[in-house]
Amino acid sequence: MNRSRRQTLQAAGGVGLYGALVAIGLLNPATVSAQAFDAAAFNAKTLADTLKALGAASPTESKDIVITAPDIAENGAVVPVSVKSNLAKTTQISLLVDKNPNLLAGTYDILAAAEPDVSMRIKMGQSSDVMALVKADGKYYMTKKEVKVTLGGCGG
Amino acid sequence: MADPMKIRATAKDGVVDVRVLMAHEMESGQRKDAAGKLIPAWHISEVTAALNGTPVLKAYWGPAISKNPYLSFKVKGAKAGDKISVSWVDNKGDKRTDEATVS
Repeated sequence: MNRSRRQTLQAAGGVGLYGALVAIGLLNPATVSAQAFDAAAFNAKTLADTLKALGAASPTESKDIVITAPDIAENGAVVPVSVKSNLAKTTQISLLVDKNPNLLAGTYDILAAAEPDVSMRIKMGQSSDVMALVKADGKYYMTKKEVKVTLGGCGG
Repeated sequence: MADPMKIRATAKDGVVDVRVLMAHEMESGQRKDAAGKLIPAWHISEVTAALNGTPVLKAYWGPAISKNPYLSFKVKGAKAGDKISVSWVDNKGDKRTDEATVS
């Protein structure tokens, strides 16, 4: 009796949290856009879910990936980041931001003649770890770098 | 049709450095308008770059890429005079392709 009551309360609490998140705009069902690429990866909200959606359950830490980003970004709407992989046979580079509403910022497929060295500018909601996930020779490796943001880039 | 991209491709020691600046709003889907309604996400979802017609890089982007996105990458074995073409598709189906010559 007590047990079932507890479970009911937990379930209700879960729904309530989800509702609240939707209400304050953290989760927005309308942003679930149809994409050719696995949309689940872009909509995942936790690191574990994102990695799972990308097919990289437990990536190995690697020092052969170099993230170049400012230690302190003045404007979170425009944070220049470059990722370079020194691993042989790098075929894919993904960039994740730990505390963004959706972690995945972008995924790059490195085809034939391209070098595993890409630069971009990303939005960051708040100070957070920027993580690079690299697929090399069928295995996943990742590294991270902390970037402090003085002015957020998501939301108004 | 969106504004044209700015593409610069420069060859140095057998490696071509390609820099692309695209013109796009990249609305995150997190912001609200004056009435408090969420502005729907509108962002480039796919970028493809090709060297002389052969794809070299394919990017999948979420809304966390900054407004007017900048992308740079390197291509081996290209030389001056080669053609680099870049095309993008956004989540509303709009698309644009531009081409530049390696200098």
